Amino acid sequence: MRRVLPLCVLLLAIAFPLAMQAIDQAYYVTMASRILIYGLAATSLNLILGYGGMISFGHAAFVGAGAYAASVMIVEGMTSAWIGWPLAMAVSALLALAIGAISLRTRGVYFIMITLAFAQMIYYLTVSMKAYGGDEGLTLTQRATLGFGLDPHLDLRDDITFYYVVLAILTAALFFVSRLVNARFGRVLQAIRENEPRMEAIGYPTLRYKLIAFVLAGALGGLAGALLAGQNNYVNPGMLHWTESGKLMIMVILGGVGHLYGGVFGAIGLLGLEELLANHKIAWLAALYPNYQQHSLLGVGLAMLAVVLYAPQGIAGIFRRKNHG
Amino acid sequence: MAEALLRVQALEKRFGGVVATDGVTLEVARGEIHALIGPNGAGKTTLIAQLSGSLAPDAGRIVFDGADITAMPQHDRVRAGLSRSYQITSIFRKFSVRDNLSLAVQARSGSSLAFWRPVAAETALADEAARIAAQVGLGERLDAAAGSLAHAEQRSLEVGLALATNAKLLLLDEPMAGMGPDESQRMIALIQGLRGAVTVLLVEHDMDAVFRLADRISVLVNGAVVATGTPAEIRADAEVRRAYLGDEVPA
Repeated sequence: MRRVLPLCVLLLAIAFPLAMQAIDQAYYVTMASRILIYGLAATSLNLILGYGGMISFGHAAFVGAGAYAASVMIVEGMTSAWIGWPLAMAVSALLALAIGAISLRTRGVYFIMITLAFAQMIYYLTVSMKAYGGDEGLTLTQRATLGFGLDPHLDLRDDITFYYVVLAILTAALFFVSRLVNARFGRVLQAIRENEPRMEAIGYPTLRYKLIAFVLAGALGGLAGALLAGQNNYVNPGMLHWTESGKLMIMVILGGVGHLYGGVFGAIGLLGLEELLANHKIAWLAALYPNYQQHSLLGVGLAMLAVVLYAPQGIAGIFRRKNHG
Repeated sequence: MAEALLRVQALEKRFGGVVATDGVTLEVARGEIHALIGPNGAGKTTLIAQLSGSLAPDAGRIVFDGADITAMPQHDRVRAGLSRSYQITSIFRKFSVRDNLSLAVQARSGSSLAFWRPVAAETALADEAARIAAQVGLGERLDAAAGSLAHAEQRSLEVGLALATNAKLLLLDEPMAGMGPDESQRMIALIQGLRGAVTVLLVEHDMDAVFRLADRISVLVNGAVVATGTPAEIRADAEVRRAYLGDEVPA
């Protein structure tokens, strides 16, 4: 059951663009790509927040840094995804190394505030990068290319192909995280979340392990950023704003803190809800309250409240409870 | 007396105006069971924290196994063979007994920077964990979540975690705290069984246990060691009687 269900979901995800094409709703393929990319970003945050217990409130900085790194490469004429995307991961990993090395020495609310402060510093850095659009952002003339003669077949400009590439990367990332959390490193990480002083007392340099997890999460966040830049053909400082970090955090809480699929569930839940409330007129709700769409965030807030009160394990927790009877 | 495994020299620790450790000088000989007794608030746990490395002393020196470890981080001291147990149980409550112990075994066997191979497949870790569980009397409770154990079982796991580090010197901070008489007897037998294999610095309020186990006893009062000697010497020491032992001394 535990393996069959994810496989079925993967098959559905593979069939999704074909179905949308058949009913002439290609818009939803773009939307689905966006959800999957946010799923990757939230999964990377869940690695440190859920498994490592590090409540980082600056994850958008890593996503944004990756997005900018990938975009600057394209603007400067280096369009290969094989170079641009790994470079985006490297930039975000280095940023995470620097921010983590300082922030992880603090605890509790101080850690939350210091990660937030660092992320805002990177945000203002992008605002001041006049050569790359400053606060206007940077519009890309093209997506990254795969090269090696793959492009005629795997043309990333094509939204459906791009969707499949994103799906493949997310699947690989989830597989990597699922291996990691059950390996020695993952057990150390979760034990640090449970009882950090005792981990020191049985011989683990806990700061080192937390920093490695922080850097891995930064790199995965950077990859999500590179994909997001490709998806939108546009980056702007807004991607690094603290509200984006908050959004990723909401996704993790909504989806399931410390659950493998928590980030993905959360991205589907939050972005799906936003889409539903903002872009679709729900007849009975409109009849009740004509202007409800202007206050769609209230709906998101109420959904969050419901999750925190009635499903503290998030959407993944609901599934888990059903699976285990 | 055998050579000293641990030498503490003029150790001092202040919290604001309170002197918690006031020039402690102490030697623990290799192979002995050395008890540290003293009234509540004498600074026993503060001393243990400084010896184990979770608290930095303001002055003084700690020499372990011939090396000055005063500035060494706690995790490195554990690797060097100095580990502690806690008076207030500190275990991984959501982990099984097996996983608790194999975490401690994992810390000393191979790199934990392994990201791919499932740790559950490492039978060597699980076997060693099971051996230690049996040693502390938890052989039948390997799959139980640590948080669901009875109080005395959690205390045994607490000591088991310290044991699993393969220490040369164990700092046991009140291992019998909150245990019933039967359970205390089992813990005494366990510590007795370590004699010769491991050096032990034992902080304990249970005088029966202290006088049965200890080769030597040091008495800590107001942050300073006021006496060190064999159980017979300590029992006879008038100052110790006045300061601390009172009528608790077993006949």
